[in-house]
Amino acid sequence: MAPAVFIQNLQKRYGNVEAVKDISFTIEPGEIFGLLGPNGAGKTTTLRILCTLSTPDAGVVEVSGISVVDNPRAARRRLGYVAQEVALDKVLTGRELLQLQASLYHIPSKLVKQRVDTVLNLLGLQEYADKKTGTYSGGLRKRLDLAAGLLHAPDVLVLDEPTVGLDIESRFVVWDFLRQLRELGTTVLITSHYLEEIDALADRVAIIDRGLVIASGTPSQLKDKVGGDRITLRIREFSPPEEAEKAKEMLMTLPFVQEAIVNSAQGNSLNLVVTPQAEALTQIEAAMKSAHLPIFGISQSRPSLDDVYLAATGRTLMDAELAAAGSRDPKAERKQNMR
Amino acid sequence: MSSTFIPPKSDAKPDVNWQQLASTAIQKEDTPNWLGEIVQETLALTRRLFIQLQRRPSTLIAGIIQPVMWLILFGALFQNAPKGMFGDSTNYGQFLSAGVIVFTAFGGALNAGLPVMFDREFGFLNRLLVAPLASRFSIVLASTIFIVSQSLLQAAVIVAAAAFLGAGLPNLAGLGAIALIILLLALGVTALSLGLAFALPGHIELIAVIFVTQLPLLFASTALAPLSFMPKWLQIVATINPLSYAIEPIRYLYLHSSWNLGNVVMQAPWGAVTFGGAILMLVGFSFVAVLSIQPLLRRTLA
Repeated sequence: MAPAVFIQNLQKRYGNVEAVKDISFTIEPGEIFGLLGPNGAGKTTTLRILCTLSTPDAGVVEVSGISVVDNPRAARRRLGYVAQEVALDKVLTGRELLQLQASLYHIPSKLVKQRVDTVLNLLGLQEYADKKTGTYSGGLRKRLDLAAGLLHAPDVLVLDEPTVGLDIESRFVVWDFLRQLRELGTTVLITSHYLEEIDALADRVAIIDRGLVIASGTPSQLKDKVGGDRITLRIREFSPPEEAEKAKEMLMTLPFVQEAIVNSAQGNSLNLVVTPQAEALTQIEAAMKSAHLPIFGISQSRPSLDDVYLAATGRTLMDAELAAAGSRDPKAERKQNMR
Repeated sequence: MSSTFIPPKSDAKPDVNWQQLASTAIQKEDTPNWLGEIVQETLALTRRLFIQLQRRPSTLIAGIIQPVMWLILFGALFQNAPKGMFGDSTNYGQFLSAGVIVFTAFGGALNAGLPVMFDREFGFLNRLLVAPLASRFSIVLASTIFIVSQSLLQAAVIVAAAAFLGAGLPNLAGLGAIALIILLLALGVTALSLGLAFALPGHIELIAVIFVTQLPLLFASTALAPLSFMPKWLQIVATINPLSYAIEPIRYLYLHSSWNLGNVVMQAPWGAVTFGGAILMLVGFSFVAVLSIQPLLRRTLA
């Protein structure tokens, strides 16, 4: 069985900008695959090429074994694309938009009503179906867009930043919906720069940065590769820096502590990287007690995908995000995205 | 930090028969019914435009009020001009009717590109382009069907208003000829406007082009005054202007109850133009317009 999505050595440049330098990944049928990276890493460009909105300069891009370059129409039938910015006709009702979409995908007219009702139900949109989309909230708009992407039962549902700009509740609705899709065996390609979103939803992840895949695997594999558990220790709610430094030096003497930094942005709490072991917390507590230092709070976690990103690029996702925000050219991007 | 987010299960579990959705999977192979698919997608896109019109009718209403105002006010401007001054017309209002009908159709068609431009700017066009359309020219075809029907509707209202204002009413065959002329002109101008909608960077530029095109083409035609009023150079411009080839046959219909394709409708500086000749010119104009935008459309849509 052909992979749901197969991308090999994809390249794309816009003028002087190499939006995608060399991206390869494969998505197996039924997977939720996350594409993680800061803004400007090449996520949207990759998706636009996959969905035939732009053509690659080089590389192989296939959907269910069909080349999107050689046979774009057949590829389009198998793809459902939900763009980052929802474009709805605000004069149409939700139902009318779905009916239009159904005709664009040539769903036989006798099936349209049933299909439209099915996706409206799936996204809990029945009560809004006959209202104009101009009256919808951001969350409703996104849900309608997801419904439209799903209407023709595509092999692969492609979601570009599906929860950007949504309130928490709508975000949960989308997450819940994606979990349902996983149970139903639909392949989903999702991009995000929210780490927890990809961590919670994706079966496998590719982290991309500046047009290159810098790491890929299951979230768990990626975290194991970085290694070490994370411990956050707060001595007091706001610790004086001297005390934090003192505690840091004391804890560094423990054999299993690999690294420790004082996080001044978090009330001078200590961030430790430790060799994973069961007794870590109790031993730290004992050490603090014998040094006559209080503990306000302590928690242990596995490395996050942000740590994975940090280890691969030397900067945090947040830093990359800020750097990218300064160097973007909105006018040029708008031009690329407008056909 | 990731595992601390546990989204609540939504309480309203939709009862969905996914298997049913998946098993009635639409045909994913290239179907032989290519024409059927084109009809389906074109009708759906046209329906969208008509729903928009129905819910936001202000453009259409303004597009009807404006020409009626032209007829009333502009017609009154030369009310007392000596009889016979405007050729065979009994009054200026009668002379003007043909010009207003054509100018209205022209104005509507010139704006045909605007909705397409907004679709480009808002990203709605992308929704259409990721869909497996049998032919992306359906998008253009739908706009054309919509604009041409709107022009015909406007023309019908103006013909009725003109009759009410005393310009008379051509016979049934004459009305058919008017419809054909409007259709040909609207087709060509719509094509040009759609071409611009894909060539220009945004709606501001498109509106600017429409703005500088509309009035000069009106004044450089026979809509408001006969050729004999004009200096030689303007006569030449007016007899190149496709609007004149739509106006003059319609004007002839208003003045002559019996007509045929051989009747001379316009005395151009280089010779006489017959009724049939004018219609042939319009066919040629539409044909050239539709052909000339093909490269522009192909750049975006192919």
